[in-house]
Amino acid sequence: MSDTRKDARTDRVDTREVESRGAARDQSGTAGGEPVGELSGRSASLWADAWRELRRDRIFLAAAAVVTVFVVMAIAPILFTRTDPRACDLSRSLGRPSADSWFGYDLLGCDYYSQVVHGARVSVSIGVLVTLAALVIALVLGSLAGYYGGLVDAVIARLTDVVFGLPFILGAIVILTVFENRGLFQVTLVLAVLGWTTMTRLMRSSVISVRDSDYVLAARALGTSDLRILTRHILPNAIAPVIVYATIYVGIVIAAEATLSFLGVGLQLPAISWGLMISDAQYRIAEAPHLLLFPGLFLSLTVLSFILMGDALRDALDPKLR
Amino acid sequence: MGRYTARRLLQLMPVFIGTTFLIFALVFAIPGDPIRALAGDRPISPSTVATLRDEYNLDDPLVIQYAKYMVGLVQGDFGKDYNGREVTDIMAQRFPVTIRLAVVAFLFEIAIGLVAGVVAALRRRSYLDTLVLVTTTAIVSVPTFVLGFSLQLLLGVKLSWFPIAGISQGWYSYLLPGFVLGALSLAYVARLTRTSLVENLRSDYVRTATAKGLSRRRVVGRHALRNSLIPVVTYLGIDLGALMGGAIVTEGIFNLPGIGQQVFLSVRAQEGPVVVGIVTALVLVFIFANLAVDLLYGVLDPRIRYE
Repeated sequence: MSDTRKDARTDRVDTREVESRGAARDQSGTAGGEPVGELSGRSASLWADAWRELRRDRIFLAAAAVVTVFVVMAIAPILFTRTDPRACDLSRSLGRPSADSWFGYDLLGCDYYSQVVHGARVSVSIGVLVTLAALVIALVLGSLAGYYGGLVDAVIARLTDVVFGLPFILGAIVILTVFENRGLFQVTLVLAVLGWTTMTRLMRSSVISVRDSDYVLAARALGTSDLRILTRHILPNAIAPVIVYATIYVGIVIAAEATLSFLGVGLQLPAISWGLMISDAQYRIAEAPHLLLFPGLFLSLTVLSFILMGDALRDALDPKLR
Repeated sequence: MGRYTARRLLQLMPVFIGTTFLIFALVFAIPGDPIRALAGDRPISPSTVATLRDEYNLDDPLVIQYAKYMVGLVQGDFGKDYNGREVTDIMAQRFPVTIRLAVVAFLFEIAIGLVAGVVAALRRRSYLDTLVLVTTTAIVSVPTFVLGFSLQLLLGVKLSWFPIAGISQGWYSYLLPGFVLGALSLAYVARLTRTSLVENLRSDYVRTATAKGLSRRRVVGRHALRNSLIPVVTYLGIDLGALMGGAIVTEGIFNLPGIGQQVFLSVRAQEGPVVVGIVTALVLVFIFANLAVDLLYGVLDPRIRYE
């Protein structure tokens, strides 16, 4: 009896989080307007349907395009700028944006456009790595808790509660202070360690909702092993909400990394990161607002694209909206 | 209800112990000797070091240190910092600032978030609705520190409408920081209200109420809105706890002497007892806010029963 109540609560919290992050997409009104007759006759797996929806969703396409640009920027910044971000000339210190240098110069006279472009690598890699790590933890723990229930569930639920109860930024500050040298690896590790809880809860409730379906019972009756049931039958049917949240989560992680670097407990100089750039700029913002504007803009645009992609994905995966 | 509350309280115990122990272990894992940090560059006699280490139980194993700390804590003793100040005194000095900040943020969330959500839901697919959706998406995408700096620069430095930093102008100085702190949740509240109200406006009981000939105002206000607010209220309740912990960035940008700033300084200065004390207090607030929301949930929605 305590369990059913807990389920209700977990569901509420989790759908709320995903819901409230999104909710926005009715605006594109036409997205779900595919004639019903056209659907029959085609293979209609959830993902095939979703993909068909997404291909004609303009907001999704735009967001995906922006994400692609940033990913390319992260892999090969040289395609966007040939200027070395560390080639600085003090005589150009705090130079305003001009035709020569679109984004102006920073305090040390380094080309700001080049810096901002090179900053994409850190943000995108941390966002993707942390999300992947958290996703793996969530899929394993969430499946175990949801499928086996009982003691396994109780232990995992308490563990989740403990980490969830830690204020996120505060916890990250304390843990990161433990490390003397903080690079990509340390920041990724800490964010992943703190960031798997919501996805685990989502996965758990999602697994619970499919674990008693007929096809699972059928598989079990045929003597299929638990591992195979979990990976072949439950996972594909339970993963959708987690994937939606994970997409949005990339954006959240990118914002968190920037915040920590800004606070001085994330990446350290000479790493190039948008958060560090804004942190560096903070005492000169009045005289050189471009130092805040450009990294802030790139940062927000990246976060926005991931959120919009996640929103679109959720709508596409929700058959009720069709 | 009573049994449910008791069970929830019991469930909270391991969570509280786990979370505080985690933070305790982490804080004391921070490299460097706090006593040496206290002395700075000055020489410090071995006997003073020994006395201090003994006083702060620094030579005990971690678990014993933690146990001693918890024994003090249940008696309301949060310990002392390494300068001998009571952590409770520090908190008493810092908490009011953060609470004021959180209250302002909270009022913004309710005033703007709720109204925007209701308006958007009632005029669905209209220009206003789109405006709310676009604005909230934008707010969610801009990290708090970027928003804080931008508004500080624009409204504080350029336009001089608001004080740039500090709390010298009473409640007025909390307006801008409060908005920045509440912005993210404000956007969530607006969307949550909108989604929930839109859903309820389509429900059978609203159609029934309209069919009975009730005025639109009454249908929306009495029937649809009341039910739609249940998830919003629960979100706001949980958020009140989260706001306190999330104030670090805002307090830093606007230089407000609250607990967020204190915790940040204390981590830097290796003031373990202060960090542990404040985080413990925050965890308590968070845990009880969650519990209160869970109990409130049943009061607001009689369909939910606590067995």
